[in-house]
Amino acid sequence: MVKTAGQIADSPDGVPLRLKLQRIEGRRKLKAFNLVVPLLLFILISFVLPIGRMMFNAVHDDTLLTLMPRTMAALKEWDGKDLPDEMAYAALAGDLKEAWSQKSAATIGKRMNYELPGALSQVTSSARKASALFAGPYKAALIEINPLWRQHDVWSLMQRGSSGYTAYYLLRSVDYQYGSSSRIIAVPPEKATFREVFLRTLGISLGVTAATLLLGFPVAYLLTTLPPKTSNLLMILVVLPFWTSVLMRTTAWVVLLQQHGLINDTLIALHVISQPADLIFNRVGTVVAMTHIQLPFTLLPIYSVMKTISPSVVRAARSLGAGPFYAFWKVYFPQTLPGIAAGCLLTFILCLGYYITPELVGGPNDQMVGYFIAHFTNQELNWGMASALGAILLTATLLLYYVFNKLVGADRIKMG
Amino acid sequence: MRTSLIIVGALAVIGLSVSGLVAIRPAFAGDQLTITGYGGAYQMSQRKAYFEPYAKQSGLKIIEDEYNGESSKIRAMVGTKSVSWDLVDVNSSSAVQLCADGILETIDWKKLGLDRTKITGGDKFDCGVPSIISATVVAYDKDRLPNGPKTIGDLFDTKKFPGKRGLFKSAFGNLEWALIADGVAIKDVYRILETPPGVDRAFRKLDTIKKDVVWWTSGAQPPQLLADGQVAMSSAWNGRIYDAVKNSGKHFEIMWDAQELDWDLWVIPKGGSRLEDAYKFIAFASSPAAQADQTRYISYGPVNQDAIPHVDPAVLPNLPTAPDHMANALLVDPIFWADKGGELGQRFTAWLAK
Repeated sequence: MVKTAGQIADSPDGVPLRLKLQRIEGRRKLKAFNLVVPLLLFILISFVLPIGRMMFNAVHDDTLLTLMPRTMAALKEWDGKDLPDEMAYAALAGDLKEAWSQKSAATIGKRMNYELPGALSQVTSSARKASALFAGPYKAALIEINPLWRQHDVWSLMQRGSSGYTAYYLLRSVDYQYGSSSRIIAVPPEKATFREVFLRTLGISLGVTAATLLLGFPVAYLLTTLPPKTSNLLMILVVLPFWTSVLMRTTAWVVLLQQHGLINDTLIALHVISQPADLIFNRVGTVVAMTHIQLPFTLLPIYSVMKTISPSVVRAARSLGAGPFYAFWKVYFPQTLPGIAAGCLLTFILCLGYYITPELVGGPNDQMVGYFIAHFTNQELNWGMASALGAILLTATLLLYYVFNKLVGADRIKMG
Repeated sequence: MRTSLIIVGALAVIGLSVSGLVAIRPAFAGDQLTITGYGGAYQMSQRKAYFEPYAKQSGLKIIEDEYNGESSKIRAMVGTKSVSWDLVDVNSSSAVQLCADGILETIDWKKLGLDRTKITGGDKFDCGVPSIISATVVAYDKDRLPNGPKTIGDLFDTKKFPGKRGLFKSAFGNLEWALIADGVAIKDVYRILETPPGVDRAFRKLDTIKKDVVWWTSGAQPPQLLADGQVAMSSAWNGRIYDAVKNSGKHFEIMWDAQELDWDLWVIPKGGSRLEDAYKFIAFASSPAAQADQTRYISYGPVNQDAIPHVDPAVLPNLPTAPDHMANALLVDPIFWADKGGELGQRFTAWLAK
């Protein structure tokens, strides 16, 4: 019996075929999604959330808001000129008394000390003395206790603290600060360190990337052109340091580069130099150690791209009359560019985050941004500064990647 | 189809929960005590004189940890209520400052069962029990520098003693030396350091040797730097130099001029769960026998006055408190550093980075 088109389109249970197809497709997609869900959750919890939290910490600071509630409320009516009135001072006295009994005076003092040097000891001693105050007039009494409370700057600072959000950390990370009347001014030159540190970080990263490229390209070429047995052996030699701990490699460099280390002793024995050269605790040691550590990262992507280039292409170019350098530069080199782009990008971004190696083999003038982030986290417990520096580093890295993408194109990067 | 969905979902749930469970490891009071010290030869002496004998005597398991004196770690632990260190060895300014900020337990001396008057410095600290008296000194290698520095001014004299110097990577201890080398009398050092021009003066003096300094952070580094010949002289904690001479056969010499005396104290971070065990350990570690025993391993002065007659005679001339070392000694002022440590630390970091 001949079925009509409409009858053929219906399956035995009466549901249209199109609908069935949609359902099956949907189920397939759901199954695929379920397989990915654990990884998605993992990335969300271990990557997106912490970084988001760090960016939040860079701008969120409610220390003064939570520890000095009365003063914050009283300052809402202050117009920002001269000094606030007696009510604000009474609120301040109340807050200082509570701070002394709760032992939070040092936390308040520390936050204020970031912007007003010397404030820490003044706030803690004021809190101790204010705990003995019981009746007004508070303004005169507090100014008597410590002249800090007569300064306009400290009141501007507290008024700024009444919103839970602050730009102070981000400003300080690029060497700006709040001046009088909450204007943004540049930090005095002897305290301005971070712009120089960021430039230094970029400079060292670029230098190390260039060094690894210059050293890695010939070795990668050698690895591709040698017969398999030798090239495998050489490959093991390249990769073996890669598998050793970074800390151990850096310490090994200390042994080599010391004043009476292997390199200096050999050079002196060969009469190349008469005094030990300064190879460590300065820029030389930093760049050398970082290049050594980053070399496999640049070399391996270049090698894997070179492996895909057929040797007959260069031979064809030579047979058509190209000189050896011309053939290399015009025919071979452009084909390796995707690998070079991959290796250099990887090395550059990794170098931006270095801090252990410069700390161990560099001098005080070679410390990169990572050192300061670690210093603020571990030594000064200043989460705001650490987060702000981290946020700026992350943003700068993303910007540089965006520029790289526009110039080279991410789809042109190949790893082999 | 549905079964595979269920299997995948179950696997995901199991995976996530197992990774969460692994982190939980129940630990009960009465079975262990975590003690944190400065590591290296000093902690080795504590291990031999205190941790091992006490573990044997009480059956308690002592877990050791190390740090370099950063009080911020203790603050972070107490602030986030995740105290994993039951006892910490801190220097005097940390003890004073952390106590004022409510980070440490106040010591109940009656509960400790110790006579506070018998412990040198016991009355100065509310939140800590003194353990040893140590000194920061300038040390050098006799083999490389037969005529070594004699006064603290020599540390800053790169013409007479060329070569690099090792200094502790902090303003602590270095600012005082800068002022003394600049001509300030020892009794006036902290008075002048309280004033901004005094601090400027100290930093200016440090500027004169800044490019020749190798900065160390851990107590074990100075003997290593001296042994490698990386520095001509270095500041160091005297016990570490004594240990290098005694156990590694080095010929290091200590210059005792302007030695900076300081206490090390046992403190208990607030919020820990093993207060009783911590008190029992401190009582043991402060007993005359244990204190005298520690001097067999390292040359730090005991604080228990009853221990002094029992100190190892071989180590007596090496103690910081030996009579011929006290001529030009500076006693570190913990109140000054508790007050000003934060500011001066920030200024030091900025100065270092320039």
